Amino acid sequence: MESVLKIYKGEVQPDWCPGCGDFAVLNAIQRALYELNLDPKDVLIVSGIGCSSNLPGFISTYGFHGIHGRAIPVATGAKLANPELTVIVTVGDGDCYGIGMGHFIHAMRRNPDITVIVMNNQVYGLTTGQASPTSMKKHVTKSTPFGVIDDPINPIALAIAGGATYVSRGFSGDPIHLAQLIKNGILHKGFALVDVFSPCVTFNKLNTYEWFRKRIYKLESIGHDPTNFELAIKRAYEFGDKIPIGLFYKTEKPSYEEYFEDIYKGKPLVYHDFPNKEQIKEIMKEFY
Amino acid sequence: MTNPIAVRFCGAAGDGIESIGSIMVRTFARSGLHVYAYRNYQSVIRGGHVWYQVRAHNKKLTSFGDYYDIMVTTNKDGIVYDSAQLREGGIIIYDANKVKFDPSEVGKKFIDLNIPLAEIAQLYSRIAAMQNVVAYGAIAYILDLDFNILKEVLEYEFGDKGREIVEQNIAAARKGYEYASEVYKNVRIKIEKGSRRRMFLNGTSAIAFGGYVAGCKFYAAYPMTPSSPILHWFAEHTKKAGMIVLQPEDEIAVINMAIGASFAGVRSMVATSGGGFALMSEAVGLAGMTETPLVIVEGQRGGPSTGLPTNTEQGDVRQVLGAGQSDYPKVVIAPRDIEELFYSTIEAFNLAEKYQIPVIIVSDLYMNESATTLENEFDIENIKIDRGWIVKEGEIKDYKRFLITENGVSPRALPGMKGYNFVAASDEHDEKGHLVSDVLAGLPYMLKIRKAIMEKRMRKEQYILKELEPPTLYGPQNADITIVSWGSTRGAVREALQILENEGIIANSLEIKYLHPFQGKEIKEILEKAKEILLVENNYSGQVGGLIAQHTGIFIKNKLLKYDGMPIMPLEIVNKAKEVLNLKSYEVIK
Repeated sequence: MESVLKIYKGEVQPDWCPGCGDFAVLNAIQRALYELNLDPKDVLIVSGIGCSSNLPGFISTYGFHGIHGRAIPVATGAKLANPELTVIVTVGDGDCYGIGMGHFIHAMRRNPDITVIVMNNQVYGLTTGQASPTSMKKHVTKSTPFGVIDDPINPIALAIAGGATYVSRGFSGDPIHLAQLIKNGILHKGFALVDVFSPCVTFNKLNTYEWFRKRIYKLESIGHDPTNFELAIKRAYEFGDKIPIGLFYKTEKPSYEEYFEDIYKGKPLVYHDFPNKEQIKEIMKEFY
Repeated sequence: MTNPIAVRFCGAAGDGIESIGSIMVRTFARSGLHVYAYRNYQSVIRGGHVWYQVRAHNKKLTSFGDYYDIMVTTNKDGIVYDSAQLREGGIIIYDANKVKFDPSEVGKKFIDLNIPLAEIAQLYSRIAAMQNVVAYGAIAYILDLDFNILKEVLEYEFGDKGREIVEQNIAAARKGYEYASEVYKNVRIKIEKGSRRRMFLNGTSAIAFGGYVAGCKFYAAYPMTPSSPILHWFAEHTKKAGMIVLQPEDEIAVINMAIGASFAGVRSMVATSGGGFALMSEAVGLAGMTETPLVIVEGQRGGPSTGLPTNTEQGDVRQVLGAGQSDYPKVVIAPRDIEELFYSTIEAFNLAEKYQIPVIIVSDLYMNESATTLENEFDIENIKIDRGWIVKEGEIKDYKRFLITENGVSPRALPGMKGYNFVAASDEHDEKGHLVSDVLAGLPYMLKIRKAIMEKRMRKEQYILKELEPPTLYGPQNADITIVSWGSTRGAVREALQILENEGIIANSLEIKYLHPFQGKEIKEILEKAKEILLVENNYSGQVGGLIAQHTGIFIKNKLLKYDGMPIMPLEIVNKAKEVLNLKSYEVIK
C-alpha cells in the first residue's frame, strides 16, 4: 500500500471527521486505481457538494468539484469529449439521490462509461445532519424531530430498473471488498453504480458501523447470479435484518460513447481539428 | 430607384404559411434582391392565425417593414387581422369561393385579386397548402420574377419529396402565373432586381453556423422557443460538422454537460430562452468560478415566467447580468443583426477561451426567427481562432492552475496532460485549486487568498474592456436627437434614421452591443454631447437605460418602450423622435 499512497495521494489532507466512512472509500478508490495501473493524469474524478464530494481534493488525479447534484452531467460531458479518460463520480446520497436524482436516472438510460460512487450515509452531513433521501423511516434528525415520514429511496432497485449496467453496493467497514467492486465498476464498460454504506459517525447515530455489521452479508457468499434481473431486483428490496452487499446486477449494452464512433473516427473529440475553409464553404452553400 | 416591396401570407397554423414564406425568401434572394422576413404565430400546432411577411428591395433591408404591399390570405382572418398594415392601394390575393368579405371591411382602397386558388390547386394536388403555391405564381407575374428561378426554388424545397411533387408544385405555380397574366394583366409592380444570388439565413442558423465555424464540438440543449432551431441545425449537421449534439433531461444537465466537455478541452455551447437560462444560472457561476470557457445563448422571448412563448421581448437583461451568485468575470454580447450573430458567436468562443470565462450571447425571438440576406457572404478567409493559454506537457514546473497573474488569466491544462493534475472547484480555492472554504474558512491564509484570487478573476474584465470594440455614433456627429438602442432593435432604428433624414431631421444613433463589461466611459462621452436622447427598448422598464444610468449617471427621460410581444417598428421610432422634438407625427399603426 505504500506505493499506492505515493502515486495517488493528494496534496490535501482529508478534513472528514475521525472515523468517517469516506476515508475507506478514498482508500478503496486509490487501491482500485493502483490495481488497474492507471496513470493519475488519465483519471478524472468529478464530484458535487457535500462531505464526500471533497474527495477529489484528497487524491492526485484530475478533479472537478462542481455544484450540488450536478456531478453526473459534468462527468458525462467530459467523458464524451475525451473517452480516453477514466471518469469517476464521487458523491453523496443527498447529491445523487436527492437534488441530482433526475440526472442519475437519465444517465443510466444513456449508459455512459463512468463509475458513480455514492457515499451513502443516510443524512446530510455537511449541513449538520438533516434527513436525506435514504434516511430510514422514523429516523429522528434535526429536520425531522418527530421522525422521517418519507419512504426512503431504494437506489439499488432504482438503478437496476433504470437501466444501469453494473449495480453494486459496498461497505466502508470492508474496504478490500469495496475496492474490488470499484475496480470492477471501472473495468465495466458502461454506467457502474457503487452505492457505499459510509457511516456518518457524527450525525447518524442510527446507521452505525455496528448496525451494518449485524445485518450485512455478501451476495457472493450465497452464490447470487448478477446476470439474473428478477433475482437482482428481489435482493435489492432486502433491507431489514439482512442487507446484501456486493454485485447485484451486471449486463452488457453499448456505452454512450460507442454511439458517437462515427464522430470520433478513432480519436477523442478533444484532439479533433477545427473545421477548415473548404468544409466551412461547403456548408455555407446551404444559405443560398 | 424603386421602393421595397413586402408580401404577407396569412392563414392558419398548418396551412403551410411558413413553408411558402421561406420559398418566397429564397426566390427573392436568388433574384438578387435583399430580403428581410419575419413571422407571427401562436403556440398551437394547428389553427390560430399566422402570417409570414417577406420584404424585398435592391438595397439592404434592416426591418420587415411597417407596411406591406401584397396580402395573400386563405381565410377571412387575414382580412380582419391584417388589413391594418396593408398599404393604401395594396393588393389582396384571395379566392372568393373560400374567403368572403365586404370590401369595406378592409377599411382602405385595395386592388382586388380574386383568383380561384383552390380550384387551380386541386388540379394538381389535394393538399390545401398548394393554394399558396398558386398565389406565389401570381406574385411572380405581378413582380415580373424569372419563372426559372421559381422552378429552381421549388425543386430545392420539394426535391426530397420526389419528382411528382416537384412537378405538381411547378405546374400550380405556372398556372397561378398564367392566370394573373391573363386576368390581371395590368397589375404589376416594378422592382429592380440584382444580378447575383444573395446569401440569406435566419438568426438561429447564423448562431449555429457561427458555432460550427468557431470549432464548437459539443452542443447540448433542451427544447425551448425561440432557440430550438439552433438545436435542430446542429442535430442535422452532427456528422458533417463532426460534433456531439445532445438533448439532455433539462437545462441544468445541458449546461453542466457542456462545462464537463469544455473542462476536458472541447469548445462547447448551449442555447436556451429565459426560462431555461434561469435553470442554468447556478452553473453559469460555476463556469466563472472554475474558469471554464463556455458559450451560452439566451434567446429572449416575452416574459415574465412562461410569458409569451412565440412573441419577442428584450426583457432578460437583468436576469443575464445577475445570473449566479456574487461576482465573477463574464462577457455579455447583444449582437445587433443576423450577420453580427454569426461573427459574435465566433468572438464569444475566442473571448471564452482567452479569458476562461462564460460568455453569454443575448438574442431574442425577433432576431432568431427573422431571415435576411447579406450584402456580402461571410468572410471565411479572415476567421480568427484564439484558444488562449493552454499549456503544453512539460512546459511548466510547479504548475498552478489558478496562478495569480496581471490580467487574471492562468495557465490552463487539460485532463490527460502529464504533470498538471489539479482540481477545479466551485468552492473558493487557492492558486493550486486547493479549497480554502472549509477547514481554513475565516483563517488568515483564507482571508488573504480569497481576496487575491477574487481580484485575479475580476481583473480579467479590465483587460476584456480594453479589447472590446468601442461604441461609436452612427450617423452625423452633430444631431438634433440621439437614439439609443441595443441588440436587435438596431434594425428598426437604422430605417427610422433614414426616414428622419428624408424629412430633414438630423438624427444619429448609439447602438449598444456589449452589455457586460459595460463600456460606461465611452458611452458617457457620447451621450454627454447629445442634444436630445431617446431610449428605444423592447421591454417594460428600460433595462439597458438602467444600466446606462448605473454606469454613467445619465438618466434618459425620453423612452420608447414596447412590451406587447411585437418588435419595435421604424415608424414608431420616427414618431417618438418627432414627439421629443415637438414635431408632427405620422399616423401610427395600432
